[in-house]
Amino acid sequence: MHLKRRLLILLLLLCIVVILGLAKGAVNIPLPGLLLKENQAIFNMRLLRILAAILVGSGLSVSGIALQAVLRNSLAEPYLLGTSSGAGLAVVIAMIVGISKIYMPLAAFIGAVASIILVYNLAQEGSRITDKSLVLSGVIISIAFSSIIVFLVSIFGNEAMHEITWWLWGNLEVYDCRLMLLVSAPVILGIAAIFVFSQDLNAISMGEEEAVHLGIDTQKIKKAVILITALITASLICICGIIGFVGLIVPHMMRLVVGPNHKFLIPTTCLAASVFMVGCDIFSRTLFAPVEIPIGVITAIIGAPVFIILLKKGKRI
Amino acid sequence: MEVLLKISNVSGGYYKEDIIKGISLDVNHGDFMGIIGPNGSGKTTLLRLITRVLCPRGGEIFFKGEKIFRMDLKEFCRRIAFVSQDISTDFSFTVNEIISMGRIPHLKRLQFETKKDIEVVERALSVTDTLSLRDKRIDELSAGERQRVTIARALSQEPVLLFLDEPTSHLDIGHQIQILDLLKRLNRKNYLTIVMILHDLNLASAYCNRIALLNNGAIYKQGRPEEVLTYQNIEAVYKTIVLVSNNPVTGKPNIALVPGEK
Repeated sequence: MHLKRRLLILLLLLCIVVILGLAKGAVNIPLPGLLLKENQAIFNMRLLRILAAILVGSGLSVSGIALQAVLRNSLAEPYLLGTSSGAGLAVVIAMIVGISKIYMPLAAFIGAVASIILVYNLAQEGSRITDKSLVLSGVIISIAFSSIIVFLVSIFGNEAMHEITWWLWGNLEVYDCRLMLLVSAPVILGIAAIFVFSQDLNAISMGEEEAVHLGIDTQKIKKAVILITALITASLICICGIIGFVGLIVPHMMRLVVGPNHKFLIPTTCLAASVFMVGCDIFSRTLFAPVEIPIGVITAIIGAPVFIILLKKGKRI
Repeated sequence: MEVLLKISNVSGGYYKEDIIKGISLDVNHGDFMGIIGPNGSGKTTLLRLITRVLCPRGGEIFFKGEKIFRMDLKEFCRRIAFVSQDISTDFSFTVNEIISMGRIPHLKRLQFETKKDIEVVERALSVTDTLSLRDKRIDELSAGERQRVTIARALSQEPVLLFLDEPTSHLDIGHQIQILDLLKRLNRKNYLTIVMILHDLNLASAYCNRIALLNNGAIYKQGRPEEVLTYQNIEAVYKTIVLVSNNPVTGKPNIALVPGEK
C-alpha cells in the first residue's frame, strides 16, 4: 500500500534527522562519541530539544489540520483564535507585575486559554458558532492584544522584558524537564483525540450542511476541535513560545502529498512535521554557531520554497 | 400505499420570520415527487427542515410514524439521503473517497470499511456510471460528473428516501435527461422513493408521478402533473402566461413560454 511506504520513508527520514540532531551542534560530536560518559550532558540536552521539536511540530501541524477542516479555511493556523497574542500579553503583564521568571510558562498558558475563551464567547450567536464570526473574533482579539503588548513594552520596557519576549517568539531550548513532561500529556492526548475525529473532519471539510447529511453533529465536533486545539497550542506555548509557519505549511504540504483524507493525513503529517522541526532546529543551532537563529525564521526560510515546489507540481506524489 | 414521510403542519425558517408557513404533505413509498415553485417560495427551506439541517418551529415530521427529530442523526442518515445542487470544497478528495463518505452513517469512528461497505460503494459507482472517475479528484470533474458523484455518495448511504435540490440546475439538456433517467431507473428498479426540487416544469411533468407546487411558503396545489400544471395555476403562482399542451410522446402536460415583449 502507498500509505505504508510513505510512512516508512518518513520514519526513515525522522531517524536520520534525529541522529544528525544528536551529533550536530555548537560542538560536533562524532557518532560513536555520543554515548561516552563525558558527553552525557550534551547528549541529554540535545535529546530533549529533539523531543521538544517533535512534540511542537506534531502538535501545531495537527491543530492546523483540524482548524483548517472545521473552518474550511486553508489559511487557518493554530494561533488563529488568539492564543499567541493572549499568551504574549499575559507574559508581559506578569513581567510588569514582577512575577518570577519560573512562572512565565504558566502565565503564557493562562493567557492563551483566556483569549480562546474570549474569542469563543464573542463568536457565539445563540448556541451556534459560525465560521465567519469565529475567524473575525480571533483576528480582532489578536490585533487588540498585540497592540496592548507593544504599548506596554514601550512604556515599561526594560532589558529583562526583551529577553522574555525573545523566548516567547519561539525557542526550542528546554529549560525544565518536568515542565516538558507535564505538557506532553495534553499534546499527545489532543493529537490522538483529533485522529479519532478523522472521519468527522473528512465530512466537515465538504461543508457543514453536507456533514449534517452524513449524520455528523457539526456544532459538537467544531466545539470539541476548538477546545482540543486550544489546549494543544496553549500547552506548547509553555515550552517553546510561539513558532509560526509549521502549523500552516506542513498540513498543506502533506495534503499535496497524501491527499485530504484525515485518516492518512494526520499520521503522515505528524511524522513530516517532526522531520521538518528537527531539521530546522539543526540549522538554527549550527548555521551561525554559537549564535542561534530563531527557529521561526528557519521554518519560514526552509518551508516557503519547499511549499512552492510542491504547489507548482500540483499533484499528489 | 404506505406513507413513508408525513409532514404535518410544519413551519420554520432561518431568523425570526417563518419562511415555511404550515405545510402538510405526505410522501408515499415509491413516489417520484417534484417540488416546484418560484424563487423564494420556500422549496429549499422545506428540504432543509425535512433533512434536519433546520429545526421546525411548528408542526411535526414523521418518518414511518417516528418523529424525525427523535431519531438518532446517524440512524436518520441511514434511511434518508440528500443530494445538494453542487458540491464544492477546497480539499481535493478523490471521487472514491467522496463516495465512500456515504458509508459514514454506517460506521463507527475509526472503524475501517468492511467488505460489505466496499461492495455498496462499488455498486453505487457502477449504477451511476462513475467507475472510470473513481481515482480522479473532485475538482477535475465537469458539473454533470460531479452531480453523478454526489448521487453515488447518497446511494452508498443505502437510503430508502432520497432528496435532491435541483439536481439538473447546472447541466445542459443532454445531461439533465441522463441524471433524471438514472433517478427514474433507481425509483423503478430499486424502489427508491425520490423527492426533488425542480425548476424546469417540463422535466417535472415528464418524470414525476406527483408534484407539489409551492407559493409563499405554503402548498398552492399538489397532485398528479396534469392536475397541478394547468395554465391557471402556473399563471397565478409564477405571474407569467404560458401555453399548456400535451407532450405527444409522453402524453404529459407540456409548458411553452410566451415572451412578454415581441
